[in-house]
Amino acid sequence: MGTPATQEIAHRAQGVAFSRASALEEPTLVRRLLIGLALAFLGLFLGLPLVAVFANAFSSGLGVFFAAITERDARSAIALTLLVAAICVPLNTLFGVAAAWAIAKFDFRGKSTLVTLIDLPFAVSPVISGLIFVLLFGLQGFFGRWLAAHDVRIIFAIPGIVLATTFITFPFVAHELIPLMEEQGSEEEEAAVSLGAGGFQIFRRVTLSNIRFGLLFGVVLLNARAMGEFGAVSVVSGHVRGYTNTMPLHVEILYNEYQSAAAFAVASLLALLALVTLALKALLEWKMQRRGGVG
Amino acid sequence: MPIALKQRSVLPGFGLTLGFTLSYLALIVLIPLAGLFVSTARLGFGQFVAAVLSPRVLAAYRLSFGAALAGAAVNAVFGLIVAWVLVRYRFPGKRVLDALVDLPFALPTSVAGITLTALFSKNGWVGSVLEPLGVKVAYTPLGVVVALTFIGLPFVVRTLQPVLQDIDPELEEAAASLGAGRLQTFLRVLVPAFLPALLTGFALAFARGVGEYGSVVFIAGNMPMRTEIAPLLIVTKLEQYDYAGATAVAVVLLVVSFALLLAINALQGMTRRREEV
Repeated sequence: MGTPATQEIAHRAQGVAFSRASALEEPTLVRRLLIGLALAFLGLFLGLPLVAVFANAFSSGLGVFFAAITERDARSAIALTLLVAAICVPLNTLFGVAAAWAIAKFDFRGKSTLVTLIDLPFAVSPVISGLIFVLLFGLQGFFGRWLAAHDVRIIFAIPGIVLATTFITFPFVAHELIPLMEEQGSEEEEAAVSLGAGGFQIFRRVTLSNIRFGLLFGVVLLNARAMGEFGAVSVVSGHVRGYTNTMPLHVEILYNEYQSAAAFAVASLLALLALVTLALKALLEWKMQRRGGVG
Repeated sequence: MPIALKQRSVLPGFGLTLGFTLSYLALIVLIPLAGLFVSTARLGFGQFVAAVLSPRVLAAYRLSFGAALAGAAVNAVFGLIVAWVLVRYRFPGKRVLDALVDLPFALPTSVAGITLTALFSKNGWVGSVLEPLGVKVAYTPLGVVVALTFIGLPFVVRTLQPVLQDIDPELEEAAASLGAGRLQTFLRVLVPAFLPALLTGFALAFARGVGEYGSVVFIAGNMPMRTEIAPLLIVTKLEQYDYAGATAVAVVLLVVSFALLLAINALQGMTRRREEV
């Protein structure tokens, strides 16, 4: 109620509030349109492919699906994929932690160059990552003749696959840990030194508990790429069935042989791995955010 | 020697960790990459130019760079919309969608390749809708663009999200209180704030697209001069034991990638400086 004057003021205030709101957010129609566009785009490019993998995997029935993932060549591809990951993941994790310790805890000349060099494999095409090892260890490569004389096979054999995968996944853990450890500083570690703790003890008791989610995050991404790498491995593997075939290569072979359902059956296992990776990633991001909010 | 290099610190382990870092970096990354350049140097200028300027190689470069550019452009538009919607609006299923954005990172490229091919081929869910309209995707250059759009999507969204999140609401409030409309605020205040991040995301998606192999080779059809991408040409030449040709094609691709990496680093430096101001 009130006098006409106060009514007038209230009315104006409302007007100002209204125009402020309309200047701070989009009209409802625009908002709905944008959400619709985003959903349509993600649906077409992410949703449909995800559904299609599983739909195609089971298109010829459960029998074909289980036969495809349990036959001998598939089992050997799964075993090789696990073996490659079991070598690459610990190696690159160890490297990532060491690199992050040296870079985040100390100041030295050439540090930013070193950080750029560590990220280098991200910029190299997967095919080229395979090619460089063929040029080194292939029959016509730098060490080709020597290796052949000593009967050591690297290319078209498992060591080549491990090397190419290690190259491709080289930066993952370091890339996660360096900014994280730089942000955390070294005060806690310095306090531990002054209390008489040794190097390894400091790392285990202080640093590791501070970086554990970031470290796991990096390892999860590293593992997904190590198991899923296709281009680099394809160049060095030679596609020997039952011997140098990883799961992504096995998918390709089956597909090219027009065994579509079998190809998608093996592909669906890899898609499942991708989904687990995404779930773990989201969980770890949430944990890190909560930590960041508290500490 | 470490003492001359580093500033004083009470923490242990500098020599050990840096020593390991440098040796491992040299062994796995630097020496193998250097081998590529040594091989190129051995080629001789004439052979190198002949390999790189042959019509088939030029056509492959044109397709790889063109399709990567087109894919990155599509992602710049839709990636911006997706990032904007995920940061600013609330709607059911948002968190799942947010997590799903990284699918192209997590899904092996051969799986992505056969799946996109199945979707966009004549009998596929999408292809069967598009084909009667006269749009052929699988086994055409458009198929390459589709695959590279899929692969590049997370780069734009994930680069933009934190920047959109961190834009100070007071900036928008100030613009509004000065009488700017929503569109004006968006164009004059928000666009300048996220433009470096958008460009970074675009460049990252482009760089990834240029070198991409697995997701493309299934949907492309791989016809020389028409739908053959540069990375595939490297593989083909290797299979024919034409190491020299493969090396020449690869070095050009690699030099472009490194130039892009430097540009991206500079852009990210710009973004960071802007944040500090």
